[in-house]
Amino acid sequence: MSSAAAYPILSTPIFGKRLVYLDNAATTQKPQVVIDAMNQFYQTSNANIHRGIHHLAEKATLAYEAARETVARFIGAENDEIIFTSGTTQSLNMLVQMLGKNLHAGDEIVLTLMEHHSNLIPWQEMAREKGLVVKFIPLTANYTLDFNKARELITAKTKVLAFTHVSNTLGTINPAAELIDLAHAQGALAVVDAAQSVGHLLVDVRQLDCDFLAFSGHKMCGPLGIGVLYGKKDLLMNLEPAFFGGGMVEDVSSEGGKALWLASPQRFEAGTPHVAGALGLARAVDFLEKQGLKQIEAHCALLVESAMMRLKKIPRLNIIGPDQGGMGIVSFTLEGIHPHDVAEILNREGIAVRAGRHCTNPLMKELGLADGTTRASFYLYNTEEDIDVLIAGIKKVQEVFC
Amino acid sequence: MIGEQKAAVETEFDEQLYKEEILELYKHPLNKHALPEYTHQQEKSNPLCGDQIRIYLNIQDQIIRDSSFEGNGCAISQAAASLLTEKLKQMPVKDAESLPGEEMIRMLGIPISHLRQKCALLALQAVKGALHFGKEGMGKREQEKWE
Repeated sequence: MSSAAAYPILSTPIFGKRLVYLDNAATTQKPQVVIDAMNQFYQTSNANIHRGIHHLAEKATLAYEAARETVARFIGAENDEIIFTSGTTQSLNMLVQMLGKNLHAGDEIVLTLMEHHSNLIPWQEMAREKGLVVKFIPLTANYTLDFNKARELITAKTKVLAFTHVSNTLGTINPAAELIDLAHAQGALAVVDAAQSVGHLLVDVRQLDCDFLAFSGHKMCGPLGIGVLYGKKDLLMNLEPAFFGGGMVEDVSSEGGKALWLASPQRFEAGTPHVAGALGLARAVDFLEKQGLKQIEAHCALLVESAMMRLKKIPRLNIIGPDQGGMGIVSFTLEGIHPHDVAEILNREGIAVRAGRHCTNPLMKELGLADGTTRASFYLYNTEEDIDVLIAGIKKVQEVFC
Repeated sequence: MIGEQKAAVETEFDEQLYKEEILELYKHPLNKHALPEYTHQQEKSNPLCGDQIRIYLNIQDQIIRDSSFEGNGCAISQAAASLLTEKLKQMPVKDAESLPGEEMIRMLGIPISHLRQKCALLALQAVKGALHFGKEGMGKREQEKWE
């Protein structure tokens, strides 16, 4: 749907072959317009923001705040509910640090078994520190979340429900709004890891009614090193920051005592932010909106459906994911061949896929897949021809190992 | 001309990547069993691939009399373990201690990309650990602090 010509890297040959980039769940490629937006900032507007009163400082500050507005509108939030971070991992870590201050021994955190390590280890570490109890919602045989178990696990003891919107390993789309309702019914906060969903399907924080939501720019055509933590304004106003430094205080005194914080989002953005990254992310939002989020979602759904249908015909290949297909992601194993060997041979065919455990070790242990899976993940620039190359590549892998 | 040469090298690279010997060792490994009378052992895993290898050594009079391994993982890590356990038999401990990574790569005889170095060297790291930590080996917590 989006011409490969818009992305300079897609015309780079790999081992003399056309690059077939199917590792979009790890990171997506950048259209020229995003690269230009970042270059342009450094070439014409580079300055620190919210500090100097010189011309460039003014220009950079306005551009940065305009980028925040673009991102806020994109997910249906207010400007001061958007905190720029380095990515989902930082968003979730700082959120856990901030929420942790109000959590006590015996409080329960409910996660799912399909969490990425970035929405798991921070909670686990906080649990060790504070004596919290972490519980995991299991999966059904069809690789979807067991909603009945979710209902049992989320109780009055639950303080936070944190879950991935779309599984980066399975592609499973979780029923976010329903899960958030379950949490709220028990008075718990609902945190969404939206790394695989924002920019791939329409995400509106007001419709979802989530309390916090985290995502990365680089998984949606934006730059590396920029991401977002969204929080409901009234909740953010009552949180103490996790990072301290310049640009976040109203006043500080050498006589000790607590500094006076600025309001959100400045309170949560200590230090010089990644201004060029924020501008690149805003340009990526414009770019995706021009393509249409509904169209992007439909395009990826078609590719997954086709890939699933064609992969299922290959003998000794097992799909690891829901029957009906996931969100832009198809995970599979080849009997008798380690995923890393699969990926290495596909690499020689110019195909980029991910192999291994996808930073979801607890899920892999649950599924009994110690070696992990091979994962092909699609985005708006992928085509049916890419699937042709993938299928031929897998046949070659099987020939090598036969 | 230069382009042609480069293409030729890459084709060769491609053909060599999973050469017959490596695949053969993956399907029919050598020395893949526990060693009942081991004096040294060490388990190592590679978080990137999920490769896992436990090396067993039987050392008498500063000579490795026998060596074997157990484990699972990608073709490169498993073939390396077969080749290495074979080579270690009757090797003096001091030679094994100073066995360089380059030698392991040479024994594999295939080009190993930067990202796959860990797979290729996992068995050798386990051997070094076994030589250093003896029969009990080193626990996973201790491994965090030891390279």
